[in-house]
Amino acid sequence: MAKMPLQFSLNGRDTAIFVNGGENMLETLRRGVGDMSPKYGCAQGTCGSCTVIVDGQPQLSCLTLSQTMEGRSVETVSGLSDGPQLHALQQAFMDGFAAQCGYCTGGMLMAAKALLMNNPNPSRDDVVEAISGNVCRCTGYEPIIDAILDAATKMRGRAM
Amino acid sequence: MIGFETYPNVDQAAAALRDDGVYFGGGTLIMRALNYGEQDFSRIVRTTDPALKQVEAAGDRVRIGADVTMREVIASSDLSFLTPVARSVGGPAVRNVATVGGNLFAEHPYGDFTVALLALDGRVSVAGGGEHDLSDFISSRTTFNGVVTSVSVARPGGQDFRYHKVSRVKPKGVSVMSIAAWLPRATGRISNARLAFGAMGETPLRALPVEQALEGTSLDASGIESALQAVIGAFNPPDDPLASGWYRKEVAPVHLRRLLLGEGEK
Amino acid sequence: MASSSIEFRKELFADERPEDLNEIGKPKQRQDALGHVTGRTAYFDDHKFEGLLHMRCVRSPHHHARIRSVNTSAAEIMPGVVRIVRPQDIPNNMNTMLSIIGFGRDDEALLQDKKVAYKGEPVIAIIGETELQVRNACKVVQVDYEVLPHVLDVEEALTPQAPVVNEEYPNNTFDYHDLYDHQKLRFGDVNGAFAKADHVIEGEYQMSPIEQAPMETCGAIAAPETNDRYVCYTSTQALFFSLGLSAKFLNVSSSRLHFIGGTVGGGFGGKVDSLHEPMAVLGSMLTGRPVKFMWDRAEEMQVGAPRGAERWRLKDGVMNDGRIVAREFTGFFDAGAYTRLSSYAIIKGTGHLPGPYSIPNVAANVYCVYTNRTPATAMRGFGITAVDFAIEAHMDKVAEAVRMNPIELRILNAYRDGEMKAHRRLAKNTALIECCQVAAQKGNWAIRPEFSAMSSLQGDSAKVDIPPTVVDHDGKIGDRKRGVINDAAPSKDGQVSDKPTSTVAPVTATQAMGEAAREPARVGADTMPSRVRSAEQESMPARDLPQPPAPTPAPPPAPAVPQQSAFAAPQNTPSDPPSTPVVPSTQQEPYTRGFKRPGTSPFVRGTRRR
Ligand SMILES: Cc1cc2nc3c(=O)[nH]c(=O)nc-3n(C[C@H](O)[C@H](O)[C@H](O)COP(=O)(O)OP(=O)(O)OC[C@H]3O[C@@H](n4cnc5c(N)ncnc54)[C@H](O)[C@@H]3O)c2cc1C
Repeated sequence: MAKMPLQFSLNGRDTAIFVNGGENMLETLRRGVGDMSPKYGCAQGTCGSCTVIVDGQPQLSCLTLSQTMEGRSVETVSGLSDGPQLHALQQAFMDGFAAQCGYCTGGMLMAAKALLMNNPNPSRDDVVEAISGNVCRCTGYEPIIDAILDAATKMRGRAM
Repeated sequence: MIGFETYPNVDQAAAALRDDGVYFGGGTLIMRALNYGEQDFSRIVRTTDPALKQVEAAGDRVRIGADVTMREVIASSDLSFLTPVARSVGGPAVRNVATVGGNLFAEHPYGDFTVALLALDGRVSVAGGGEHDLSDFISSRTTFNGVVTSVSVARPGGQDFRYHKVSRVKPKGVSVMSIAAWLPRATGRISNARLAFGAMGETPLRALPVEQALEGTSLDASGIESALQAVIGAFNPPDDPLASGWYRKEVAPVHLRRLLLGEGEK
Repeated sequence: MASSSIEFRKELFADERPEDLNEIGKPKQRQDALGHVTGRTAYFDDHKFEGLLHMRCVRSPHHHARIRSVNTSAAEIMPGVVRIVRPQDIPNNMNTMLSIIGFGRDDEALLQDKKVAYKGEPVIAIIGETELQVRNACKVVQVDYEVLPHVLDVEEALTPQAPVVNEEYPNNTFDYHDLYDHQKLRFGDVNGAFAKADHVIEGEYQMSPIEQAPMETCGAIAAPETNDRYVCYTSTQALFFSLGLSAKFLNVSSSRLHFIGGTVGGGFGGKVDSLHEPMAVLGSMLTGRPVKFMWDRAEEMQVGAPRGAERWRLKDGVMNDGRIVAREFTGFFDAGAYTRLSSYAIIKGTGHLPGPYSIPNVAANVYCVYTNRTPATAMRGFGITAVDFAIEAHMDKVAEAVRMNPIELRILNAYRDGEMKAHRRLAKNTALIECCQVAAQKGNWAIRPEFSAMSSLQGDSAKVDIPPTVVDHDGKIGDRKRGVINDAAPSKDGQVSDKPTSTVAPVTATQAMGEAAREPARVGADTMPSRVRSAEQESMPARDLPQPPAPTPAPPPAPAVPQQSAFAAPQNTPSDPPSTPVVPSTQQEPYTRGFKRPGTSPFVRGTRRR
């Protein structure tokens, strides 16, 4: 059974791997590369636990054909912190009790990061819209929204 | 083993489809099928043809490439009238890849974008030449085995185009129903209105009786009365986990009234 | 940051709570938060194994059907298929979850070979190299079904002509205490009170099944380990449950199973059923390789056991001033096709009746009914949530009927400290009145000053005296099937127990736990004697046991004795002499119930301390 070669950048590092035809990027990242941070929740795009960032935009890795990632830049929550230094979003999620079981958290953080990259000064509605494809079943949406707004404020402060 | 082929030119891609190939737009629906073992293809075919990514305004119409994504629709200044429609499809990650071409084939209750295209007199261009009326194209879409290259729509003036999506989850949710209306007016009276509904049948559908009932009327409570009557019998919507067909029929006049009178919009 | 929306009402019950605690009442960083935000928290599926295989099930498309034959020959030669797993491959393919505590009879197979009783019930499992290959192989398995009539409604399932859903319980009801087809609660005399009430108000309430829908679907990965052991990473919420049941299904010592769990991507009760672990370990035993068995989202929704649907009928006797003097329940739990945890939910739910109110006459008949639906299991507030919905909806209906402010009605009837509850424990640490007062205030809902002044601390000592309880034998196992009885509601013509329960003394929770009472019991302070229970009875949770009524005159207090059960089943010889009290928490009994088949796991047999 032939496998196909695939090269892409993962969290800024060049990555090369062989994938099965028809394989999705969630499987490639988790079982192929070994980055377990994107999670399987539904394999149909409805839950957002597998959200990654591709070339600066949020994307559902379960609905991404791995072979379309050739030469693209992929970011996961594994690469969010700067070494031991947490990203402002991570710190805000911790401080604001925005993670309970933690299963949706990686996807939420990626959706939030994509938002703040494109819009550093979001309104509450913008935040709600940005995470509208991400389900949290422990129902902590309010702390999650607060944490994202909190991180945005802190990041703007730092940039100035 | 699923094959994957990329062609530089759309005609080559169309020729490569044959019996066991599927054209890959953004892949949101194709991948879902594959993940659940429900695929009816063994080869995935796509093209990098730049023509399918173009948005071109010409006269009173605008042509949208089939591979244009919902995010790109929102970003395009030529398509600002379609921004609310594109924004109503999925969440940001879905919109980032979901294409206009793929939306033409999305099964009930999906197809919100197509509802708007229907109301705006959409015409479908396919690889190998030929232009089809969108209504006709959709009604026979299950047997289509080619590649759509673009959809052209009318550019509505000012306040003439309206769109409303009803869903149970806010801000993102699948349609209980979606309604698009193009309401050109001559001296205050509606003439040649076009309306389309989503999730009210197997495919997005035009509401011909409603269009006729609106002809020559004004957009006020008494002017739209017969249109509200007309919508009641216009569709035979299916039951699904979101709403029963009965419910959809019952609330159709309510949502149509809100759309026409600009009520209840948030 | 770390602001909290919780508002503490520290002025309430201030003297019952120390204020100098270091942790309680203070925000505290979750110890697992860093792992969550960095994506490093390892759930069961986040462990890498060389050569991991995938397992999936062929499932019934029918609600109810006999399996005539299964043909797997096409699947066996599909690419990537490693092993077909059949019911015969499971050493001990019959179980009930609560056999782990000796409650109920084995009634469910891991893979069915005779009959399927719900849509999605697994028949065959296939193990293969990739998930897609296994999916494709599952599609070509041919199962020849003889479709049977099915029943999806709880009350239809109780009729004599209803199809038999679960062969182990041919009456379509769980057998309670080897005697009745329902769980009884009898407290006082509801029919006498209805006759004297100014109003009798009835209502029926129906809840839907609710899927827990955790973000992480249920699953397990098992792999051969050293020393003939198997390691199993699992999403279970109940690690030792899953360990014990896997040992039972596979007929191996639990010491050969190395279970790792505890990190759960949301559970809410939906991850206790222990179906994945035995399958994954079995797969690993049969192939000698790591095997993953995990539901996809569609399976999680279709075959993942939900909170079962419940139907409740309530009947209240109410006086013109709003006092509720009697409350009767007829409850139907839709267990789906198999028992799982529903039998227990009913015992728990019945113990909760009549809700947080002091009502002197209460009766309930609660049925655990088998239907051809997905089996039900635990979910948050298990056994309580649905009946609480029914009770509170009914309280509003009562308020309307007697034209009373619904919050005042609740305060008027609320239980207070020291009052007797229907399960014959004194209420303690009650706070409903204060909750109502704060809710009214927050919601700008006016209540009269006398209701604002009431307190949970002011119990009415008259409400400790239990009225003589009327008991009955209606609804013996099989009576409904035989057409002997069809009314499901509590009996209209019971008899006052010849042992007036009014002489039964209250027992506080601390006494029931075996501690000495701090102060003498109040009001008619005689105490219920207890008999030494038979081993058979002992294997059920002590408080749920049918107990004989108290003899008169009562013997002196024996504080460490559990009180007479309110779930009265007066079949035992009432003349039994009082005997030495038994403290259940130290009782040692052979732990065998539910494991009568050969091949029982060594783990679950033997003597265990409960
Ligand atoms: C979580 C989620 C939420 C969604 N929400 C919505 C919603 O709210 N509203 C809505 O309308 N839709 C929704 N969708 C459906 C879907 O994402 C969109 O309809 C989208 O536009 C489909 O486009 P695609 O490019 O991803 O299609 P693909 O998956 O690439 O293709 C779908 C089908 O269309 C065919 N196709 C695609 N492009 C062409 C072409 N150019 N020529 C010929 N055939 C073509 C494919 O062969 C395939 O059969 C949702 C989907 C998901 C997963």
